[in-house]
Amino acid sequence: MAARAQPVGGTGRAAHRAAAPRPDAPRPVAIWPGTCAALGVALLVLGTLAAVAMRAEGGSGFGPSEASALRFTLIQASLSAVFSVGLAIPVARALARRRFAGRRVLITLLGAPFILPVIVAILGLLAVFGRSGWISGALGAFGLDPLRIYGLHGVVIAHVFFNLPLATRLILQGWQEIPAERFRLAAQLNAGPGAMWHLLEAPMLRRILPGAMAVIFAICLSSFAVALTLGGGPKATTLELAIYQAFHFDFDLGRAAVLSTVQLGLTVVAAVLALRVPVGEGVGAGLDRAVVRWDATGRSATLLDVVWIGFATLFLMLPLLAVLVAGAPGLLSLPAPVWSAAWVSVQVAALSTGLLLLVALPLSASIALGRRQLGEIAGILGLAASPLVIGTGLFVLIYPVASPAHVALPVTALVNMVMALPFALRILVPRMQQVMQQNARLALALNMRGPAFWRRVIWPRCRAQIGFAAGLTAALSLGDLGVVALFADPETATLPLQVYRLMGAYRMEAAQAAALLLFILSMGAFWLLDRGGKFHAEA
Amino acid sequence: MKPLFVAGALLAATVATAETPELVVYTYDSFVSEWGPGPAVKEAFEATCGCELKFVGAGDGAALLARIKLEGARSEADIVLGLDTNLTAAARDTGLFAPVAVEADYALPMAWQDDTFAPYDWGYFAFVHNADADAPANFRALGESDAKIVIQDPRSSTPGLGLLMWVKAAYGDEAPAIWDGLSDNIVTVTKGWSEAYGLFLEGEADMVLSYTTSPAYHLIAEEDDSKAAAVFDEGHYMQVEVAGKLAASDQTELADQFLQFMVSDAFQSIIPTTNWMYPAVMPAGGLPEGFAETLSADKSLLLPEGDAAALRDEALDEWLRALSQ
Amino acid sequence: MLKLDAVTLQKGDFRLQADLQIAAGAQVAVIGPSGAGKSTLLEAIAGFLPARDGRILWRGQDITALPPGQRPVAMLFQDGNLFPHLTLRQNVGLGIDANRRLSAAQAEAVTAALARVGLAGMEERRPADLSGGQQSRAALARVLVQGRDLLLLDEPFAALGPALKAEMLDLVAEIVTEKGATLLMVSHDPQDARRIATEVVLVADGHVYPPSPTAEILDNPPPALRAYLGAPTGS
Repeated sequence: MAARAQPVGGTGRAAHRAAAPRPDAPRPVAIWPGTCAALGVALLVLGTLAAVAMRAEGGSGFGPSEASALRFTLIQASLSAVFSVGLAIPVARALARRRFAGRRVLITLLGAPFILPVIVAILGLLAVFGRSGWISGALGAFGLDPLRIYGLHGVVIAHVFFNLPLATRLILQGWQEIPAERFRLAAQLNAGPGAMWHLLEAPMLRRILPGAMAVIFAICLSSFAVALTLGGGPKATTLELAIYQAFHFDFDLGRAAVLSTVQLGLTVVAAVLALRVPVGEGVGAGLDRAVVRWDATGRSATLLDVVWIGFATLFLMLPLLAVLVAGAPGLLSLPAPVWSAAWVSVQVAALSTGLLLLVALPLSASIALGRRQLGEIAGILGLAASPLVIGTGLFVLIYPVASPAHVALPVTALVNMVMALPFALRILVPRMQQVMQQNARLALALNMRGPAFWRRVIWPRCRAQIGFAAGLTAALSLGDLGVVALFADPETATLPLQVYRLMGAYRMEAAQAAALLLFILSMGAFWLLDRGGKFHAEA
Repeated sequence: MKPLFVAGALLAATVATAETPELVVYTYDSFVSEWGPGPAVKEAFEATCGCELKFVGAGDGAALLARIKLEGARSEADIVLGLDTNLTAAARDTGLFAPVAVEADYALPMAWQDDTFAPYDWGYFAFVHNADADAPANFRALGESDAKIVIQDPRSSTPGLGLLMWVKAAYGDEAPAIWDGLSDNIVTVTKGWSEAYGLFLEGEADMVLSYTTSPAYHLIAEEDDSKAAAVFDEGHYMQVEVAGKLAASDQTELADQFLQFMVSDAFQSIIPTTNWMYPAVMPAGGLPEGFAETLSADKSLLLPEGDAAALRDEALDEWLRALSQ
Repeated sequence: MLKLDAVTLQKGDFRLQADLQIAAGAQVAVIGPSGAGKSTLLEAIAGFLPARDGRILWRGQDITALPPGQRPVAMLFQDGNLFPHLTLRQNVGLGIDANRRLSAAQAEAVTAALARVGLAGMEERRPADLSGGQQSRAALARVLVQGRDLLLLDEPFAALGPALKAEMLDLVAEIVTEKGATLLMVSHDPQDARRIATEVVLVADGHVYPPSPTAEILDNPPPALRAYLGAPTGS
C-alpha cells in the first residue's frame, strides 16, 4: 500500500535514497558481527596469500611466459564475459516476456551448468560439440567435417555454457525489476519495440550489464582445466595454470604468490567496476513471475523469443542430457565407496552452507545498514581468491598446529563458503536493504532489537532469499573438488574426488554414473533449500 | 566461523591415539583409492607388522614432493611412496631422505643402483589406440599421419612430463622437430591423465598417451580386447615409481620393514591388477594373463635422474614453443 | 460516444458487468466503494484488461481488440506516470511520438505544453527534482500533447494535499474543455466529483451503473451509493 501513497511520477528510487540510514541513526541489529565476518574473510584470503609469499625462498618473478598467460587470461575472460552476457540479453528478454507451461522448471534447470563440476561439464560438452560428438555425428551423416571445438572459441563456448545461466538470471532480474507501471505507461504511449528498448530496456541494461560482465569476467579469470582442455594446448595457458605450475612443477612459491596477486588485482579492478553499479532490488524473489506486457505480441517477436529460448535450452540442456545418458546405466550399480563419498560431500555441503549463513547474514545486514564497503571487500576477495593459494596458505598456517587430514572437511567447507559468498551476498543484500528500509523504524519504535528483529522480521521476510543463497552454496560446495590435495584424507574422499579416482582407475562408466549422482545431489540440494525458503513465504 | 573450525580440528585430533606403532606413508591419491593397491597393501602389511599402516594421499607424484617440501623435517610421514625418476633428483636435493638398504632381485630392464629410493613398480609410456586401427611405428610416422592424439600437460601431469622425456631421450636435439611434426596431431592437452583417457574413451582422439599396460586393464577387468598400445621402434620411455624413507621418521625400523615388504611377493602381486603397472620384482605367479611382454633393455628408455632434471626446463620450452604456434 | 456493450470483466473471482454509454465530451466521475472495480473499469477501457465478454466502442468503432497504445485513450495512474531517467522534455515528447525523434514543430509543442501547465523553463529537469504537484503537472502536459479523445484518471492526485489536488482538477477540467475530450476519473471524494464532473458513474455490487447528473445523484444517492457515502451529503 505504501506505493499508492506516492505522487504522480514518484520514482521510488529517490525515496530509497532518502531512507538510507544515516551512520549515526539507531539500528535494529548491530553492525559489528558483519564487520567481523568481512574481516574474517579478508584475513583468510589475504592471510593465506601472505603465508604462501612468506614461505617462498627466492623464486623467480614475472617473465615472458607469465606475460603471455596474463594476455590469454584477459582475452578469454573478456570474450567469455561479452558472449555470456550478450547471449543472455535476448534469452532473458524472451523469458521475461513469455509465459508458458514449465517456465519455472526451465529457469531452474537452465541454472544447472553453473553448479556442474568442471570435469563433468567438459565431458558433457564434448559429447555434444566434440569431434565425435552428437553435432559432428549429424554433420558426418551429411558428409561434412566434424566440428572443431578446440581453440579459443572452444574455451569461450565452455565458459558461456557455465556462465550463461548466471548472466541470464542477473539480467532477467533486471527485467523484472522494471516496475510494471513503466510497461503500462509505455503501452499507453504506443511504444514500439524500438521505443521500448530506448525507454525501458536500454537504461535497465546499462545498470545491470557492467556488474554481470565483471562477475563473469572474474569467474573466468581463474579458469584452468576448462581453458586448457578446450583451448587445445599450451596456447591456452591461464594465470591459474601458471599458479598451478609454480606450485606443482617448479615449487616456486614466490612466483605463485606474485601470480596470485596479479589475479587478485585484476579481479579487484573488475569487481570495483561492477560494484560501482547500483545493486538492484529483490534478487531471487519473483524470478518465476513473467512481467505482463502489451508489446511483443506480434508474430515475429514471438518467433524471436521462441528461437532464443530454444537456443538456450538446447545449448544448456544437451550437454546435461549427455551427462545423464552416460551416467544412467551405471547409476544403480555404483560401488559402495561412491555412496560413502556422497555422504561426506553432503556433510561438507551442509557445513559449508551453515558457515555461509553465519557469515553472509550478519554481513548482508551490516551492508544493508549502510556499510557497503564491507560487501565490496567480501565480494571482491571471494571472487578473486585462488583455491590453490588459499589451500596452500592454510596448509602452511595449520600444519604446525594440527594434522591437515584431520581438518580436511572443515577447511574444504570453509573455502567453499568463501567461494560462494559473493553470490550469496548478491542475493541477500538487496532484500535485506528493502527489509531494513521498510521495517527498521517500526522495529525501533517497538524496541525490537537484535535477536528478536532477526527472528520476527529478517527471517520471515528474507526466507526466500536465504533459501536461494543456501541452495546455491550447497550446490556449489557439493560440486567443488575441494581444496587442493594437500588436505586430502583417504577415509573422507568427497564425491567429486571419487569421480576423479574412478576415472584415474580406468572406471569410466562408474565415474560417469558417480558424476550423474553428484549432479543429482547438487540440483536436489539447491531445489530443496530454494523451495524450502519459498514454502509459505511471501512472494 | 573461527571457533567452530578450531573446535572441529581439536575434536578430530583427539581421535588419533597411539597405542600401536603407526607407520605413515605419503603417496599419490590413486594409490590409496578404493580401486588402487592401498587397501590390499594395508591389510597385507598390518597382518605381519603388528602396527598400523596409515596412507595419506596427496594428488600425484609432483604434489607429493611439493607437500614434503612444505612440511620439511617436521613431516609426520615416515615413508614417501610414489615419486618417479623425474622427481627423485629434486627429492634427493631436499636432504629430507635417509639412505635405505633394500634387498631385491628387481625385474627392471636395467640394473637399479640407488641408496635412497627403492622401486616398487614401473611401466612404459605408450600411445593407446583402438586395436582395429593401424598405429604408427614411431614419432616421425605419427607426426606424418593424420591420427589425432590427446596428451597431458607436462606442467601438471606426470605422463605429460614423461612424454617430454621420451621424445628428448629418443631424439635429443631433434626433439623440437618431432614436436613440430606432432603439433597438428594433438587434439588437445589436458591437465591430467584421467581427463585425457576419458576423452580418448569418448572418441575425441584416435590415440592417448598412457602406458603399455593400459590395454591389460580393459582385457582383464572388462574382458574387452579392443584397446592396444602402439609399439614404437625408437623404444619407450620408462616410468619407475619409487619409495624412500624420511630422515626425520620416528619409526625407522618399521619404515625399513615396510620397504623390504614393498619388494616382497605379498606387495608385488597386488600391483599389476590394481596399479596396472609392472611389478618391480616378479611375483611367484608371474604376470597376469593379458599383460604385454616387457621390452628389451635397448628399447627401454630412461634418462638418468640428473640428466632428466637438467633437461626438464629446456624440454618444456621446446614443447611450449612448438605447440604455441 | 463511449459505449460499453454488455461488457463483462473478470479478475480472478471478481466479476464486473458494464452496459452503458457516455456522451462524447462528458466529464464523468467514477465513484464507488473500495474494491468495487473502479480501476478495473478504467483498465478495461484503456486496454490493459481484456474484456471477457461484450464490446467497447468509441464513436461507433469497435476498440475491444486494440492494444492499449492504439486506443484513443490517455491514462494517468496512481503512480509511475513519468520515466524517472528522462527529462521532462523527453517525458512529454513521448506523448507525441514514443518511437521517433521529434520534429522541430513537435518539440515546440512540447515546450508549449510544459508552459501551459506552468512548468516553463523546467524542460531539462528530471522527475526526482520536482515536487509532487510539479510531477502531476508534467504528466498532464504529456496528456495535453497526446491529444487523445478519452482521458482516464485513476486517482493520480491521491497523494497531493487538498489545495494542490483542487488545483490539479481545475487544470484537468480546463484541458478537457479546451480539447473537447471526454473525461473519466476515479474518485472516492464526492467533492472532487462536484468540482469538475458533470456526471457520475457508480460502480458497486459487481455492476457499473449508467451515468447520472452529478448534483442529482449526490443529493439523492441510490441505496448502493448511500451505503458508500455513509451520510447524506447534500447538506
